[in-house]
Amino acid sequence: MTVTFAELEKGQGIGTRRIEVTRADLVRYAGASGDFNPIHWNERFARAVGLPGVIAHGMFTMGAAVQLVTDWIGDPGAILDYQTRFTKPVPVPDAQDDAAPDTGGTAITVTGTIGALDAEASTVRVDLAVTAPDESGKDQKVLVKAQAVVRI
Amino acid sequence: MTASQSVAEDLAGRLYEGAPVYVVSREKIREFARAVKAQAPAHHDVDAARALGHADLVAPPTFAIVVAQAADAELIQDPTAGIDFSRVVHADQRFTHHRPIVAGDELTAVVHVDAVRALGAGAMITTREEIADAAGEPVATAVSSLLVRGEE
Repeated sequence: MTVTFAELEKGQGIGTRRIEVTRADLVRYAGASGDFNPIHWNERFARAVGLPGVIAHGMFTMGAAVQLVTDWIGDPGAILDYQTRFTKPVPVPDAQDDAAPDTGGTAITVTGTIGALDAEASTVRVDLAVTAPDESGKDQKVLVKAQAVVRI
Repeated sequence: MTASQSVAEDLAGRLYEGAPVYVVSREKIREFARAVKAQAPAHHDVDAARALGHADLVAPPTFAIVVAQAADAELIQDPTAGIDFSRVVHADQRFTHHRPIVAGDELTAVVHVDAVRALGAGAMITTREEIADAAGEPVATAVSSLLVRGEE
């Protein structure tokens, strides 16, 4: 697909995506990133430091959320700048089925909107709204000011 | 060693330049892409990456965190910095790409401690990792705020 600057306007949506996250995904991210903090894989450790249980790496959430933008623009090299604040943890419940440990978990929902356009630089800022349920099941904004600057 | 350590008062302004060269492999890009559920062909298929004009597989937009955090280890492990990693919470993150990271890159990262500000009994530390290629050309800038929770 090809996105052209002229057809874009502020407030336009680029889509919504639901990203499933299981404990196995967190182990995979720990291995790939080198971030082995036990709050991302050990329930007892996470609770002992005051968390509701095992939580996703903030960088997992940030890294997974931007795929909506990559797939929209088609070239990961077009993402010039990407930032976020981490506001709430994403609790990732254990699988309920003993025979299927790579199940259970939670889901992160990502919605992207064009937040600003710069015609001179031929860039747009995509603002991402990223939510996930907290331990009581209530949706929370887990990333705030999640913004990607994309070259068109 | 004292029971309650605290962040060094003169930490701001320090530089850490001892990180070894990070060689970016195709397999590491594919592994990291799978870990953040990034399916764009340019992360996985060399021909697809080249069709977009890249020299080789393109790393996902948050891949620089692997290089940045590997370099941060020197700061975290510096006993004179006084950072208790078990009390660190990632508060925000930003990546500015001067060019995409591609397989084959030989990257060096220099860690700059830009700011340290007291926050209750803890501290907020802002670090900036300047990532450059083998020719010394800038590749990416990563800026992180780390909240070091105080002892209660």
